[in-house]
Amino acid sequence: MIEVRVFATLRQGREKITMLSPEGISCAGDILDRMRIPPAEVSILLVNGFHQKPEAPVKDGDIVALFPPVGGG
Amino acid sequence: MAGAYYEKIARINLTTGEIKVEPLDLELAHKFIGGRGLGTKLLYDEGVATVDPLSPENKLIYITGPMTGAAAPSTGRYMVVTKSPLTGMIACSNSGGIWGSKLKYAGWDAIIVEGEAPDWTYINIVDDKIELLDAQEYLGVMSEAMDEKLKEKHGADASVLNIGPAGEKKVLLAAIMNDKDRAAGRSGVGAVMGSKKLKAIVVKATRKNLDNIADIDALKQATKNAMEVIKANPVTGSGLRQLGTAVLVNIVNNIGAFPTKNWQKSYYDKGEDISGEALAEKYLVKPGACHRCPIACGRVVNVNGKVVGGPEYEPLWAYGGNCGNNDLNIIDECNMLCNEYGLDAISVPCTIAAAMELYQRGYIKEAECAGVPLEWGSTKALVEWTKRMGDPKTELDWLMSSGSARLCEHYGHPEFSMSVKKQEMPAYDARAIQGIGITYATSNRGGCHVRGYMISPEVLGLPQQLDRTVTTDKAAWTKTFQDLTAVIDSMGHCLFTSFAMGAKEYTDLLNAATGTSWTVEQVLEIGDRIYNIERMFNKAAGMKPEDDRLPKRLLQEPVANGPSTGMISQLPLTLPQYYEARGWVNAFPTDETLKKLGLDECVGK
Repeated sequence: MIEVRVFATLRQGREKITMLSPEGISCAGDILDRMRIPPAEVSILLVNGFHQKPEAPVKDGDIVALFPPVGGG
Repeated sequence: MAGAYYEKIARINLTTGEIKVEPLDLELAHKFIGGRGLGTKLLYDEGVATVDPLSPENKLIYITGPMTGAAAPSTGRYMVVTKSPLTGMIACSNSGGIWGSKLKYAGWDAIIVEGEAPDWTYINIVDDKIELLDAQEYLGVMSEAMDEKLKEKHGADASVLNIGPAGEKKVLLAAIMNDKDRAAGRSGVGAVMGSKKLKAIVVKATRKNLDNIADIDALKQATKNAMEVIKANPVTGSGLRQLGTAVLVNIVNNIGAFPTKNWQKSYYDKGEDISGEALAEKYLVKPGACHRCPIACGRVVNVNGKVVGGPEYEPLWAYGGNCGNNDLNIIDECNMLCNEYGLDAISVPCTIAAAMELYQRGYIKEAECAGVPLEWGSTKALVEWTKRMGDPKTELDWLMSSGSARLCEHYGHPEFSMSVKKQEMPAYDARAIQGIGITYATSNRGGCHVRGYMISPEVLGLPQQLDRTVTTDKAAWTKTFQDLTAVIDSMGHCLFTSFAMGAKEYTDLLNAATGTSWTVEQVLEIGDRIYNIERMFNKAAGMKPEDDRLPKRLLQEPVANGPSTGMISQLPLTLPQYYEARGWVNAFPTDETLKKLGLDECVGK
């Protein structure tokens, strides 16, 4: 399974953590499609803790974390 | 009156009670902008670099920037510049609220406080009138109550800056508080105020805006442009208002750069419990904003029925994962205690974390803890030790209130102090984020993230995403961020505007307000000059090249858990690159660099 974590405003109407079957998912962008998250709403996309682009490959056992644009200090 | 400066500095000698009005050197102001830059130049010229920071010879400069209080985004900033008793080097602590704007509206670019009052005193400023009043009756009064008492006396339109019990006792981690929950928090500036027996500064002003802008139409246009950029940017336009800086907890933890249990680990498995999302869900009353700020990053929270200023990301991390604590309500309470005692809400919990590691390893004994053992995650320890550090009585109280470097040195294990230049580092593991390590190591005021916030490109992708794991180009990026930050601070803008605004927007605002005609390159060169004058102050104060370093743990102990497992800081590689980019040799500017930056007075020093 692929663990998808969403944060901040991306949690509106979604679970904090969703477990997705890897079937039909080859890249992070496929996860956005599956979860109906517009790519423009995602500013930070992590695969196993490292920044990636939507075309980055994902596989069974990966953790994908999605954040909207955020800042702080 | 010249554009955006009132050309007046008040020099207040607390020993003699003499108050003098001195003219601002306008050429000097333009050369160093104001605020942090001009304040450091003034302090350097006062010749206090070698004095005992807590002696009457040290000077305390409260200074505004040309933009402070201006009708432009996020301009409610003032700075406190002095020699730090914590680091022994330059201190420049920056705060928001409205106090700084009112000081400016009252017609003052800066106040220089010197000497030591014979008895506890406070300063009352009403426009151009300044008087010294007796503060004896306010001794021991908490910061927030002090604010209320002085407003009762001087009117609701007064703005109050003060120290709490920690500053009175010259605690090295004491902050200066203003407008109840805003803090010039770092480097122990509150202790310097306490050493002068100065409890508060009250300001009232008839002006409600700056009436000395050089080109008001140009400022309106520059402000319009800046506001459009701020509103269109999702971070400054809505993100910070919704979740505050606390939103960083989950991001930084998810990349494995969230120092845990005094940096022994870098991923906290209970991070979600203390996140910005959890704070918003459980305790947030509303967002809060400083004067003239459209961003509103502040948190107003409910702490056990009391509505107060809430924690930023830093104390959430420091009282949270770094102390092994996932009780969010306790973090809110400890943050409130820091504000009431007048304490640095980064260094205090980080020192508690260091003490907890010393306790874990058996160096601090239970018998020393006066009934409150320093166990990881103990909520009782967090609350009680914060109070003790704010009003120390026992030997261990005093040691802890002096910061982790002195504490760990005392126990013979300086390696457990996660500090740079004796000031505690903030909430980003420099093993997992290479650029921020350069910022920490080379920060003139010691361990600090807001002297060159490399988290912006390396983690948040602003203005572009850099790979946090590599060192390539990080030295040059750090220098540019440090220089631009020096400009933003010196102007009197909040640094958070830089998530949206770039050097062009700042340059346009500065030129419109002050009547200068700088190019972007020239403005960045001023930032470079400011960074160098700070460094020359440190050199005069006795700084050594080896002070530009990171704790051994970051260089020798790879990250132990989470996504960044195995990573280590590459500072030995990047530091020489940084010095080359700066034109420094062995941590200090060459004479050639000083001449190039117009710092001829520092040549040969």
